[in-house]
Amino acid sequence: MSDALLEIRNLNVDYLLDDGAFRAVNDVSFEVRRGELFGLAGESGCGKSTIAYAITRLSKPPAWVAGGEILLDGQNLLKMPEASLQNVRWRRIGMVFQSAMNSLNPLMRVEAQFFDVLRKHTGATRPQARARAEEMFRLVGIPINRLDDYPHQFSGGMRQRIVIAICLALKPELIIMDEPTTALDVVVQREILEQLVDLQRNLGFSVLFITHDLHLMAQLCHRIGVMLKGQLVEVGDTQQISRAPEHDYTRKLWGAIPQLPSSVRSLGVVE
Amino acid sequence: MNVMPLTTTMADEDDAIVRLKDIRRSFGTVEALRGISLALKPGRALALVGESGCGKTTCARIVARLDAPTSGTMAFRGADVTQAGGRADEKTRRRAIQMVFQDPFASLNPVFSVYHHLARPLLLHGHAKNGGEAKAAVARLLADVGLDADVTARKFPHELSGGQRQRVNIARALAVGPDVLVADEPTSMLDVSIRLDILELLARIKRERNLAMLYITHDIATAAHIAEEVVVMFAGQMVEWGETSAVICNPRHPYTQLLLSAVPDPDRPFVPGQSARFLAHADDVRRKSRPASDNVEEVTVNHFVRALGQTPA
Repeated sequence: MSDALLEIRNLNVDYLLDDGAFRAVNDVSFEVRRGELFGLAGESGCGKSTIAYAITRLSKPPAWVAGGEILLDGQNLLKMPEASLQNVRWRRIGMVFQSAMNSLNPLMRVEAQFFDVLRKHTGATRPQARARAEEMFRLVGIPINRLDDYPHQFSGGMRQRIVIAICLALKPELIIMDEPTTALDVVVQREILEQLVDLQRNLGFSVLFITHDLHLMAQLCHRIGVMLKGQLVEVGDTQQISRAPEHDYTRKLWGAIPQLPSSVRSLGVVE
Repeated sequence: MNVMPLTTTMADEDDAIVRLKDIRRSFGTVEALRGISLALKPGRALALVGESGCGKTTCARIVARLDAPTSGTMAFRGADVTQAGGRADEKTRRRAIQMVFQDPFASLNPVFSVYHHLARPLLLHGHAKNGGEAKAAVARLLADVGLDADVTARKFPHELSGGQRQRVNIARALAVGPDVLVADEPTSMLDVSIRLDILELLARIKRERNLAMLYITHDIATAAHIAEEVVVMFAGQMVEWGETSAVICNPRHPYTQLLLSAVPDPDRPFVPGQSARFLAHADDVRRKSRPASDNVEEVTVNHFVRALGQTPA
């Protein structure tokens, strides 16, 4: 068995339009290895989120996977019957999206939402779900007595951590994160992502991390792929992508990010 | 320590268009603003930086007169305008102070064309007398914000990208010829590659039109890019403020230091095993920064820091 957990081979995704098809993802191939944080960077409309949806086969018309293979542990997800796919989504591949913190049910206590997910996917009983939820809350650093609270009683950052906790409760092998912290302020963003780095190290799952913020991505990912207009223009180790980008577009993407003057950055701000 | 009265901020000259003095705003028992004093001057941008919930948007809304303070005063060109004046006055001030909002998708009406969005304020405020004048003025506005006038005027919001929409929003704000532009997170919903373009557009119109700008953001890096002065807010208080370069190169308040340390920096990768330490540190800084304090120290000329208040036991 190779060390690739997820392999994307020659993936094409089209959006069907009145006057033909628009190829949103064009012949994209890459792999996410076991225990790896892999980053997919690019601007809005470059196809990075379209890939995220295609992996879990959540693409909805007019999006249409026109060709290629998506292999999880060698099994082609695109050929899998819908029923078996139910055992892959959330169980093996977890998903955290930008607006995930708004996907919690406002009418249910957080504990009940853990139970909902765990019962559906693992057949857990209420006490089992409670125990697992407490374990997850400890992991993401939220006091366990807050399990009885409703989503609106938490800040945006905490709600995003709860979604990550629910996702981790099912012990997925791969977590797809699409702009998971873009709606949050920088301090909360760093809190969540430092935690993600530690959780990943301790639990060993893989992450496909999607964002337009190359600076942020370079702080946590092991390897980075850069997308432009549906094509993967460059893939490499974070070091190489940040120090010696080969593609013009990668260099442009670096240059486009507003940043602090280098004199400030070199101060090595007090922590 | 040099104890400064709260109202002393941003060198007290009289060229300010808008001056806030000790503005407080409470929502029920929540004190959203606890004594904000600042001045907006022509041709200069002041950035209000802080986390969600720190009161920066409440402050922007008070400046834009979409909300009124619980106490404190707001002066416009030297006149106290804290209490809403008559209709005529209010219209003048609404014209003078315009706002660009965070969400470029929600701030344009989907059933109207770009032309309508720009022609309406021009006609309402008498900047165009008739359709012909409006048409010419709309074309000038669109060109000024870097859009193709002929193509864009006919389009509807859904036909534009996020960046183009934000340009239309800026053109709409400029249509009435304001003196003050309040921009509330104008780039946070845009792609990184477009953010810089929009920031540069804002900087250019500020310069060319001699606008006073209040720029609201949680991203201190963009603040450093556009603003001459920066105010770091936490829990409704100004914790550190002054000339941007002084504040970001020599941050004194622990919360300013925390904000700067969290700006994504590819040269400082996260080290596994450190998250508990960072979380504890961030919590500690927040806890220490929350209590009220009247002690303000002048670090250097036009760089102020508030001393930490007494933490409740």
